[in-house]
Amino acid sequence: MNKTLFDKVWDSHVVHRIKNGPDVLFIDRHMVHEVTSPVAFLGLKNRNVNVLFPEKTFATADHNTPTKNQHLPVKDPLSANQLKALEDNSKLHGISYWGLGHEKNGIVHVVGPEYGITQPGATIVCGDSHTSTHGAFGAIAFGIGTSEVEMVLSTQCIMQPKAKKMKISIDGKLSKAVTPKDVALFIISELSTSGATGYFVEYYGSVFSEMSMEGRMTVCNLSIEMGARGGMIAPDEKTFEYIKDREFTPRGKDWDKAMKYWSTLKSDADAIFDKELCFDGETIQPMITYGTNPGMGMSISNGIPNAKSQKGGVKTYLKSLEYMNYNEGESMLGKKIDFVFLGSCTNGRIEDFRAFTEIIKGKKKAPNVTAWLVPGSHKVEKAIKKEGLLTILNEAGFELREPGCSACLAMNDDKIPPGKYAVSTSNRNFEGRQGPGSRTLLASPLVAAAAAITGIVTDPRTLF
Amino acid sequence: MAYDKFTILESSAVPLPIENIDTDQIIPARFLKATERKDFGDNLFRDWRYDSNNNPKKDFVLNNPKFKGEILVGGKNFGSGSSREHAAWSVYDYGFRCVVSSFFADIFRNNCLNIGVLPVQVTSKFLEEIFNKIYENPKTKLNIDLNKQKIKIIGTNLSESFDINEYKKKNMLHGYDDIDYLMNIKDSIEIFAKNTPL
Repeated sequence: MNKTLFDKVWDSHVVHRIKNGPDVLFIDRHMVHEVTSPVAFLGLKNRNVNVLFPEKTFATADHNTPTKNQHLPVKDPLSANQLKALEDNSKLHGISYWGLGHEKNGIVHVVGPEYGITQPGATIVCGDSHTSTHGAFGAIAFGIGTSEVEMVLSTQCIMQPKAKKMKISIDGKLSKAVTPKDVALFIISELSTSGATGYFVEYYGSVFSEMSMEGRMTVCNLSIEMGARGGMIAPDEKTFEYIKDREFTPRGKDWDKAMKYWSTLKSDADAIFDKELCFDGETIQPMITYGTNPGMGMSISNGIPNAKSQKGGVKTYLKSLEYMNYNEGESMLGKKIDFVFLGSCTNGRIEDFRAFTEIIKGKKKAPNVTAWLVPGSHKVEKAIKKEGLLTILNEAGFELREPGCSACLAMNDDKIPPGKYAVSTSNRNFEGRQGPGSRTLLASPLVAAAAAITGIVTDPRTLF
Repeated sequence: MAYDKFTILESSAVPLPIENIDTDQIIPARFLKATERKDFGDNLFRDWRYDSNNNPKKDFVLNNPKFKGEILVGGKNFGSGSSREHAAWSVYDYGFRCVVSSFFADIFRNNCLNIGVLPVQVTSKFLEEIFNKIYENPKTKLNIDLNKQKIKIIGTNLSESFDINEYKKKNMLHGYDDIDYLMNIKDSIEIFAKNTPL
């Protein structure tokens, strides 16, 4: 009793508890990609050990992959080498590998849920901080470093102290054009990028229970941006509906058995959290960031907050504004935009493309804007075509690229040039994140669409 | 990967009094394409350290010969952002064995501990003192005694204790890593695996 959802899942996965030390935590699902795994595989080789449970690890190529002409060899030799290493390592160790060109290829945090690898009550790790995405299903999911990737490959365990527990509740009806991305950017702007460091967050309230699974994934994805180890939402009918009949989801008797376990996955009524926060969902507006960390977000129609109101430190704030070439108090509305990026593990799912299309339908892309629309996976790409969204996008002057992480971290050719402004649906607006010297404004797919057709920062509510 | 033991480190330090230094600043994503751990120190703080023509930026602290040492002192919330261990590798490979700050991001801290870089969290007041003393005299040394969990500013009576869990402390003192530990309990892990529901 008194247990939170996080307690229940964590405690049931502890193999061994070290006094005054970390827990040895068993990992149910391990996702790997090309960037953070090669040194871990090299470690196995040096120690002369094999992958302990290859069936619990899944590999996909996403960070380095081009988003055009994926059928051709990858031009950048370093990227090609890293992709080849993932393929070779997966084959050597008998790990499922969804490389470039594979029909299941896509961003690791998009394909995991799509194929039912992500399940409630599971412990899921990946050498990528946005692994928190999978918490949307009531899993404990978080990013790990390469040393830990090696631990999971060789022993299916990691060693970490249990995090503290935070409850964030938001009730009320969201206003028009307020999306899960806005809810997340709002929370981060309230907490700052370190406000939840040391905690695992559980989200409660009608705002989250009414949210689609895609929306919940967006919120959990961004938990890391407030410093949290991860975020999670208790599974409900929507969760079970989503995962039923996916390739890696249990079936028949196994499904019934799993459901028995999954139905226990909620916090007890008297569960004790280390910290509880409450916000009013009705006050949240469409959001946009103006600075160089995700905590520097604001309602799109407000002025840029002044130096005095800064929780993250005045020096950082001033450095940020200088980098962005913005001034305190200025309105963000009307600021000129050069690029729009729709995609990433944060907002690269079908629901995000539907939202974007809703705004641009029957309009034309602004001539000064270069737009990169990158689906999170081939499955998303197929749905975009099947639902007729591609035709609408093409008619408005947009083209669709092939899946991958793309301009979110600009490891491939999709780099925002120095000094240029991009409205991005991704997760980080750090200096140079989208290419050296690039300037990023994080926002929802609706705000991105509004910018794409007007060429300036525009309130999407004026365009419906 | 095993690393050198960490017991007592006495060294001058490099000051970087900026808050929220994120992993994309520590090492930009375009330098994460290696398949082995080699030369990451060259790209530590790449875009703060070099201009677009790869010329060193004079005003950045790593290009200022006045400031040298095996300790990096950073502003609050050091290492936020990505889980890339490459950030910790680049700090280590450049020659730092210790990062001092008033607050660390979780994954970065964990990555440091796993590769032999000691993250030392001090109060904001003490951090301010360190910065002041270094700027007064760049040769100022810090003494970090892991066993005693104590950080001192040499030549002053200023010192503070810092936290680290017993297990990680022992690992760092002896240069052990977690995989050695886990390999030793592999049998109990395999038994555990048989009884997991998923």
